[in-house]
Amino acid sequence: MSDIALTSAPAHLRHGSSIGQPLTRRDGPLKVTGEARYAADNHPPGMLFAVLAVSTVARGRVLGFDLAAAKGHPGVVEVMTPVNRPPLAGDPDGKESPFAFRMDVLQNDRVRYPQQPVAVVIAETLEAATEGAALLAPRYEAEPARVGLDGAEPFAPKVVGAGNPASARHGDVESGLRAASHRLEATYETPAQYHNAMEPHAIVAAWDGDTLSIDTPSQGMALTQARIAGLFGIPPAGITIRSPFLGGGFGSKGLLNGPQVLGILAARLVGRPVKLVLRREQMYGPVGHRAPTRQTIRMGTDAGGAFTAIANQARTATSTFDDFIEPAADVAHALYATPALLTGHDAVRLDTGTPMFMRAPGEAPGSIALESAVDEMAEACGMDPLAFRLKNYAEVEPSSGRPFSSKALRECYAQGAERFGWSRRPLAPRRMRDEAGLLVGWGMGTAIFPALMFAGHARAVLKADGTGVVETGAHDMGQGAWTALAQIAADGLGLPLDRIEFRSGHSALPDAGLAGGSAHTATAGVAIDRAGADAIAKLAGLATRDRRSPLFGAGNAGVVARDGRLHRRDDEARSEGYADILARAGLGEIEGRGTGAADPAAQAAFAMHAHGAVFAEVKVDPEFGQVRCTRLVGAFAAGRVVNPRMVRSQYKGGMVWGVSFALHEQAVTDGRTGRVMNANLAEYHVPVNADVPSLEAILVHEHDPHVNPLGIKGVGEIAITGTAGAVANAVWHATGVRCRHFPIGLEQLIGV
Amino acid sequence: MGLSIALTVNGAPHRVELEDPRVTLLDLLRERLHLTGTKKGCDRGQCGACTVLLDGRRTNACLALVAAHDGADVLTIEGLASGGELHPVQAAFIAHDALQCGFCTPGQIMSAVGLIAEGHAGNDPERVREGMSGNLCRCGAYAGITEAVLDAQGRLARGSEAA
Amino acid sequence: MNSFEFVRPATVAEAVAAASAPGAAYHAAGTNLLDLMKGGVARPTRLVDVNRLPGLDRIEHAPDGGVRVGALVRNADLAHDPAFSRRFPAVAEALLSGASAQLRNAATVGGNLLQRTRCAYFYDLASACNKREPGAGCDARGGENRLHAVLGWSGSCIATHPSDFCVPLAALGATVEIESKAGRRDVPLLDFHRLPGAAPERETVLEPGDLVVAVRLPAEAARFAAHARYLKVRERTSYAFAVVSAAAALRMEAGRIAEARIALGGVALKPWRAHDAEAALAGAQPDAASFRRAAEAALTGAEPSGGNAFKIELARRIVARALAMAAGGTPERVPALPASPFAPAPGASVHV
Repeated sequence: MSDIALTSAPAHLRHGSSIGQPLTRRDGPLKVTGEARYAADNHPPGMLFAVLAVSTVARGRVLGFDLAAAKGHPGVVEVMTPVNRPPLAGDPDGKESPFAFRMDVLQNDRVRYPQQPVAVVIAETLEAATEGAALLAPRYEAEPARVGLDGAEPFAPKVVGAGNPASARHGDVESGLRAASHRLEATYETPAQYHNAMEPHAIVAAWDGDTLSIDTPSQGMALTQARIAGLFGIPPAGITIRSPFLGGGFGSKGLLNGPQVLGILAARLVGRPVKLVLRREQMYGPVGHRAPTRQTIRMGTDAGGAFTAIANQARTATSTFDDFIEPAADVAHALYATPALLTGHDAVRLDTGTPMFMRAPGEAPGSIALESAVDEMAEACGMDPLAFRLKNYAEVEPSSGRPFSSKALRECYAQGAERFGWSRRPLAPRRMRDEAGLLVGWGMGTAIFPALMFAGHARAVLKADGTGVVETGAHDMGQGAWTALAQIAADGLGLPLDRIEFRSGHSALPDAGLAGGSAHTATAGVAIDRAGADAIAKLAGLATRDRRSPLFGAGNAGVVARDGRLHRRDDEARSEGYADILARAGLGEIEGRGTGAADPAAQAAFAMHAHGAVFAEVKVDPEFGQVRCTRLVGAFAAGRVVNPRMVRSQYKGGMVWGVSFALHEQAVTDGRTGRVMNANLAEYHVPVNADVPSLEAILVHEHDPHVNPLGIKGVGEIAITGTAGAVANAVWHATGVRCRHFPIGLEQLIGV
Repeated sequence: MGLSIALTVNGAPHRVELEDPRVTLLDLLRERLHLTGTKKGCDRGQCGACTVLLDGRRTNACLALVAAHDGADVLTIEGLASGGELHPVQAAFIAHDALQCGFCTPGQIMSAVGLIAEGHAGNDPERVREGMSGNLCRCGAYAGITEAVLDAQGRLARGSEAA
Repeated sequence: MNSFEFVRPATVAEAVAAASAPGAAYHAAGTNLLDLMKGGVARPTRLVDVNRLPGLDRIEHAPDGGVRVGALVRNADLAHDPAFSRRFPAVAEALLSGASAQLRNAATVGGNLLQRTRCAYFYDLASACNKREPGAGCDARGGENRLHAVLGWSGSCIATHPSDFCVPLAALGATVEIESKAGRRDVPLLDFHRLPGAAPERETVLEPGDLVVAVRLPAEAARFAAHARYLKVRERTSYAFAVVSAAAALRMEAGRIAEARIALGGVALKPWRAHDAEAALAGAQPDAASFRRAAEAALTGAEPSGGNAFKIELARRIVARALAMAAGGTPERVPALPASPFAPAPGASVHV
């Protein structure tokens, strides 16, 4: 029973039994039977297939196509190029907001990155459209590609990430370093990475006059709707987006991207519904990626191992035509106590697609570098890595001095270490072998992720039959929104889960805010809870003002909503069912509205972060350098857990991404052409099942009275942080080799 | 050149008049028979999302030309549950939360059904992990997947003993 | 994918005739060919489907211990054939270390021999590749080539052959049976694949229309069954191509090595048989020093073709380890992680 008052409004309480329950996924039956309908599964009558033709050069101009060959291919209906592309009302290169990224939708003949769409072939069959695109054979005037972190003159960005200052200073780092007994200066490199959601980006678009209906995976339907409206000069209300399920997003489906617009344009051009799905290799250009970073970290400690200074200067890359600056250095702001802190960023402009938010943007590459450096520092101090972290435990946020709204990191360290058996770890590296002679190493890392909120809205309806309907246009990309938000909705209305209908995944519903920043459950959840509170307050008003109700006159005492009945707070024996209240009032239903958003006062007063501790075991073949992460234990504290089963899965998934970051995934770019040479899933290695034989996620209790009325922090991204560094540190502990270039390749470990 | 191909899909006979020999089993299922439970993740045999049972063996449907499979028997995710009852592998995937976004899930489940039928993995989790490594899951639901396969295999074995 | 004519011959002779036309290609499972066609790397105008040809899907064990494996036998079926895996355990282990269970269920023996390189520049149509387009040049040279060849490469091509299966076949002296217009001929597997030289577009000795119908392993190959392993270093635990691999097979007599067979994968444009290394082991003690000597001999003449010098020493270590594992004895059953360094080692540790 979650007997915590769900509302901040003191008059009425609502008790429910859904929040906190490890329910199985409510969309599970649809997903295991193939009934769950993803965007590309739609097939409206008369639909045609559209396939992109993409550039092979990184920079230059398209001189022409073999249009005759493409159009002559049986089944090809039309070829869309800059010449015949329907007009747009808005400028795809405009920058109306920081979240409007410039896109390539055939506005001209310029090529600014490989895999940029340069034409669209529309055909009766997928086979014909695909071959038609191949037959276009664009001719280019190519210019030299700018590739790599030294490929162009660096510049100082104004902001990084979603709008944070590009640099931050607290205390005097130089004097802190001068005063230090132990010092470290080391440079860490992380590669370009691609989201590679299993579901390729897809859109099925159908026009009816000037109204538009689309099926497309979206982590942000409202922003997408608004951007489409601006580009096409039509009202947002005329655009319907259905996005009930995303086959993974990880940031790459957050904001409208060029291929989606091309699908809509193609449907406009041919006057028929069109389906456009990216080929896997086409996901390595127009739909974002995580930029590479090179981070130079300087640290110093006193003789006892307490930090005197931490500095991280990060170099990253963005495109030549837009800015997304991976905020890699910023993860140091909130993690370890230090009297002096300095972070900064610069960037180069390369001939790539614009980088984008990718699961734990900034935090993921920042964390593997920082946690590696912390491990090196602990080694320099002769200290156990956990003891070193505890020595530098931040009681207040180091960059701001604010107290934490809650921080159960000590408990995470303790529970994770206990479960893992950390106390048996030898301090020196290369001391452990398994029975077969493989090197064994144990490493750890601290996980951290900010507790963010966007603005979201919800509607809750109590119906005459005593059931409820709760609506919000939320996005389920696998995190379990269909389940967790429904649990909040049930408790918000004081109803059992089976008596509410939860509607989501559709643009006609109230805007639930972006599914990103690990903020969706908090944002949409608070909106849902407030909507429930609003509906219950109205219902209570009806009852307490009605002489015929047993609750008459309880307005001052307040009521408790539970299990479909309102009870007097001061006399719970006196109660009445929702249906009875509505019936007597002659109402068919009663509606509540709610909004979830960050509280600026709380944000000013408190630093808000989720925390965790990750412990990793790796085995390394001493001669071959092949690495396997054989055991991972993560303990995380992220406020209230709405559904422990789903939260554990989020943590485990994040831990797999951490393993991937440390050991497996990277885009391999040809330095001459700028083309990604492993734009496929055979050679862009994401972990397979056999790569993660043992994963454990511990949920550490944490009560946060400040972060939001529900006490919810995010869980979607945090587990990459900490894990990646833990794995890298375990590789050092196994081998004695410090790898500062990720992912760790076997040639770094074999000493040749 | 037309090709007339007979297929049994989820127990139902289909006669496919193929005007285009390029059609893969995956695109036939999805775009012509509208059985969209089978997913296209890479279209190149590199992810396993399109796994179906082709003549009883788990196979990547994206690399199978329909023209080469005249007379074949195909089982897809839509044909796995019977009479409204989930197949034990499907039920186990829900119970062990062996899915997140769900996009790889039909392929994972068909692969698991194939793996259990092959009978090489036994109760060894390591053999299950290796045997399921042809199905990528970007959400990272592998731990649940392995548990689900072992659980379902046990249930199926006990079920057939009881029968 | 370009359009093509799809023909389904009923006999081998019909198939050979149909495939002799310019632009024709054989189609079996399609696991490699369709991938290449989808990438535009291969654009055959006629596919000759061999799936219905009679008699090509049999595993025929000879009484003397040899085996004849039809070209249409699926990788998984061969690996799990009890008699085959007992007699040729390194081949079974290699098969099971390749690709995924789904692909192994489809991919054929003949197709495996004919699979094309995974060189990214071969796949990338915008890159120069002498193999795809004779005379175009080789963009892999000076490109991203840390996994490219260290043996047998030429200025015109530094690609590697990706097969696992072919590596123990090379070690064990397999023979390829080829049907052609002129009749049937046998070619030793070692002569089947060609090194690039100046003509990397010629990958095998096959002439237009030639059809691989079977692969044979001789009876003597089964005499190594007690000491035969395949070892494959990868960048993830499974479902990855080899960085370097090796097959090692030993015939032991009275505690000494009577005869050794060694081949490497991932180092050259063909499975690389290491005759000198084998010779160095004849009569030797099965110890680390012997294995290291053999490993040195196996990599004689190796040279980096780019940023891949590490592969040379890595390959030596893999050869030495594979030999040590073979000496330790073939396990009862192919390990849970076939050919992996993380497969539990039977008996004592073999690690340094």
